[in-house]
Amino acid sequence: MSLRSRIKSWLVPPSLDKQLDTTEKPVGEMGYDPWGFNVETYKIAAALFKPFYEKYFRTVVHGIENVPADGPVLLIANHSGQLPIDGLLIGYALATRPERPRAARAMIERFFPTVPWLGNLLNQCGAVLGDPVNCAKMLQRGEAIIVFPEGIRGSGKLYKDRYQLKRFGHGFMHLAIQHNTPIVPVGVVGCEETIPAIGNIKPLARMLGVPYVPVALPAVLPARVILNFGEPMRFEGEDLPEEQVADYVAQVKSEISRLIDKGLAEREGIF
Amino acid sequence: MARKPTTAPRARKPILVTGAAGALAQKVILLLQEKGYPVVAVDFREQVYLGEDIPSYRIDANKRGFEDIFRNHHPGGIVHLGRIMSSQSNRSSRYNMNVLGTQRLLDLGHKYGVSRTLILSTYHVYGAHAYNPALMDESSPLKAAELTMDLVDSVELENLASINFWRYPKLNITVLRPCNIVGPGVKNTMSSLLGSHYAPVLAGFSPMMQFIHIEDMAQAVVTAFEKNKKGIYNVAPDDCVAYQEALLQAGCMRIPIPGVPPVLPRTLARILGLKSFPPYLINYFKYPVVIDGSRFRETFGFRCHYNLGEIFRYYRSQKN
Repeated sequence: MSLRSRIKSWLVPPSLDKQLDTTEKPVGEMGYDPWGFNVETYKIAAALFKPFYEKYFRTVVHGIENVPADGPVLLIANHSGQLPIDGLLIGYALATRPERPRAARAMIERFFPTVPWLGNLLNQCGAVLGDPVNCAKMLQRGEAIIVFPEGIRGSGKLYKDRYQLKRFGHGFMHLAIQHNTPIVPVGVVGCEETIPAIGNIKPLARMLGVPYVPVALPAVLPARVILNFGEPMRFEGEDLPEEQVADYVAQVKSEISRLIDKGLAEREGIF
Repeated sequence: MARKPTTAPRARKPILVTGAAGALAQKVILLLQEKGYPVVAVDFREQVYLGEDIPSYRIDANKRGFEDIFRNHHPGGIVHLGRIMSSQSNRSSRYNMNVLGTQRLLDLGHKYGVSRTLILSTYHVYGAHAYNPALMDESSPLKAAELTMDLVDSVELENLASINFWRYPKLNITVLRPCNIVGPGVKNTMSSLLGSHYAPVLAGFSPMMQFIHIEDMAQAVVTAFEKNKKGIYNVAPDDCVAYQEALLQAGCMRIPIPGVPPVLPRTLARILGLKSFPPYLINYFKYPVVIDGSRFRETFGFRCHYNLGEIFRYYRSQKN
């Protein structure tokens, strides 16, 4: 038995192990898929993240049944909080939903593969380099993919800009149309308060080759998180002008904005 | 020893197989013989004896005498497997042999009416880059030359093949880009690493890799040659494993060396001077180059018979 298998047997409770087994994931003989996803690491990460999801962030989820039980789907969410905690929470929520759980894949920044250990670890947990080819191939395989169209514009924004949606990239919409894939908008509330940043040390970020270096407390605060999954949205068309695509993107952005407002309205306190 | 042909050779034109000293070429020759093809073997590096019924030559394709092989044997097909690896020669010699030699081979093939040509390339031509997507198909850009000058000849060989698709359409050129070919007798970088007791790894990096057994690769070469559907094809099984996991499965002890900043592993590899861990391939141990072999599998109805477990068990058994 490998070290990883031993760690998995110590850390992953049988109930969670059984539940995660129900999320179908095509992997090869050694437990990997072409993007580096590894079943055992995924289960270990889920077991370690469980107390954070349930106790630390006390995550509340609404509308998760809107995510189709199978087939390709794009989960489009607002991005915030300096670290991709929002992606982890959405992924965990979907992997552990009572009815037809799914192992979602998250598209991550191009910077991560260059970081030793972290890049491989994220891949093994299901994260994938944010590249249109990767996304297209995974949609062809019927995967559920988490995309943050704001990218680092969203995750790196300062606390004073919280809950203001930044510019959305159009790539996800092109892929959704090309692959006839439904879009499930997700409004995330709470992650803005996990690592509130008051500044960005740009020269240091440039020197380190990272997207940003936030001026923030060296801790992740226990903010309550609310995830609101909207109704699936479908967009169709062939050879659409970019203006039309921009209009479709604006519709998704508007729906996410509505879901954020809904989450903010139901939130009784930040912590 | 040559096996008995399953079908009687019917005045077939011989197949010219280059790189005859290599393990893959010898497997391919055996398979071609089994199918009743007469074979003429050529190696640019050494003379090899492959049995009395196989004429075998050691000659550089750039030499004038190389044309005599075409004059004397009138090959109907070429299986070009002979490539000088980076560890075997310097950059300029490799360019002469791999690029200019191949151009001469194709020129002669055209002149003497060759109707089928297969060229073995490598997945290295895609280049190992942090931004590589997984399952790169044949239309992905060839970025190896951008990363290191030591792979220029590999990319140039591909460019040459592409030019000759149009220039010599009757050659019916098929280019195969296989993943790591491993198994008994294979002496390339990856096979050497899997066969060693200690193998270097870049700390914190374990890219996804693909492996094809030499028997499967030989079968792929012969299948592609026989079916003669010209074009460029990736050849890889539909299964991957992380590099460090592959080493563990093959019974290797991993020796981590720092992976960042990039100059450090390259310098260390240069100092260590290991043929199995050359500086110009460092990025291939850091970032994945996972290719999509589905087009080849679908076009030729090809399936690998050896899985990863069998491949690694072989290397593990060699260490006991």
